[in-house]
Amino acid sequence: MCVLCGVLLNEHWAEQEGGRRGRVFRGRLLNRVLEVYGLRLDDWSGRVWVLRDRKGRTAVVADLGAVWIEAERLAGRPLDPLDPELVDALA
Amino acid sequence: MKTPVVLLTGYLGSGKTTLLARLLAHPDMGETAVIVNELGEAAIDHHLLRRVDERTVVLGNGCVCCTLRGDLADELRDLLSRRDRGEIPGFGRVVVETTGLADPAPILYTLLTDPVARHHFELERVVTTVDAQHGLRGEESVKQAAVADRLVVTKIDLADPDPVERELRRLNPGAEIVEAEQGDVSPHELFDGVERDPRELVYDETPTHDHEVRALCLTLHEQVDWTAFGIWLTMLLQARGTDVLRVKGLLDVGAEGPLLINGVQHVVHPPEHLPSWPDADRRSRIVFIGRGFTDEELERSLSAFNRAASAW
Repeated sequence: MCVLCGVLLNEHWAEQEGGRRGRVFRGRLLNRVLEVYGLRLDDWSGRVWVLRDRKGRTAVVADLGAVWIEAERLAGRPLDPLDPELVDALA
Repeated sequence: MKTPVVLLTGYLGSGKTTLLARLLAHPDMGETAVIVNELGEAAIDHHLLRRVDERTVVLGNGCVCCTLRGDLADELRDLLSRRDRGEIPGFGRVVVETTGLADPAPILYTLLTDPVARHHFELERVVTTVDAQHGLRGEESVKQAAVADRLVVTKIDLADPDPVERELRRLNPGAEIVEAEQGDVSPHELFDGVERDPRELVYDETPTHDHEVRALCLTLHEQVDWTAFGIWLTMLLQARGTDVLRVKGLLDVGAEGPLLINGVQHVVHPPEHLPSWPDADRRSRIVFIGRGFTDEELERSLSAFNRAASAW
């Protein structure tokens, strides 16, 4: 439940619906955002995500909350959804 | 059926214990177990709550939110097992009284994530006391008022409550305000009634400086893609979690009824599908209580995420 803990205690609140198709869609949409920061996310067997940067560094993440923690670490800067550059890139 | 838990919070000296003692003595309060966090050596709260001594669990020294979160879960489990064994009378509600400096978010987190707690208990309401004489004092005090579902303005016999109530309405327009003199409030005023519809609230649009906490309401005219919203909100809470004290709203995700979202800082309740909209207006409304952002920034960003989702 807590986006900061990243511990797989329960299904993340934002990933409880949609099933397999929802997960595929979520991955595509996440990559639209992450590519702005030079990152890519791949689904690994429908259970966890693998996040990678262009230098080949990777991180295995359990859920949507943990994606942002690791993405911030790999990108080396905060990933703010209100950042006008990101908003323009998505528009 | 889960046992409702009421979180009673409020700054030091704002009248939590007086309120609780009066409530527990009220004939309509029903069977209530109380978990009191004790800060310091003298168990003053414990003595004040002697009437329910048998069901009162006084935690050890420290702050229930930060250092004794596990203890809170333990105490809830202990209450359950003692009730099941018949060692204590049955109870229909648990009140958790926090210390004056407590951050309420970790308590909510415990209720939502502890395996036993989340199956047997559910948060009914956050009740926050604010003293009419001193108002909101510091970071914790503002946070406690921001996450409240009911605000109890105390000590109205000592000071005019109007200035404090104006401040509270600006900070948290969704919370009902109840006035209390010497803690004299009926349980019905605190525990009954439905939540206020975010669409009917009045938001103070007066410009403020960046660091002032205030409430904003987003109104979205297009249907919200739930996947996009989940991605957007988790990203926002990671980036600005300390500045987003509360998120609450009704979303039009294309279902028959709205999706209810409710979060306190990083802790988000599982979204709940409501069977129907209260009226013909199906626009999504989301209330944010926080600082460092404007409603235009939030709306522009969320719309961009939403449009990215609808492009497929």
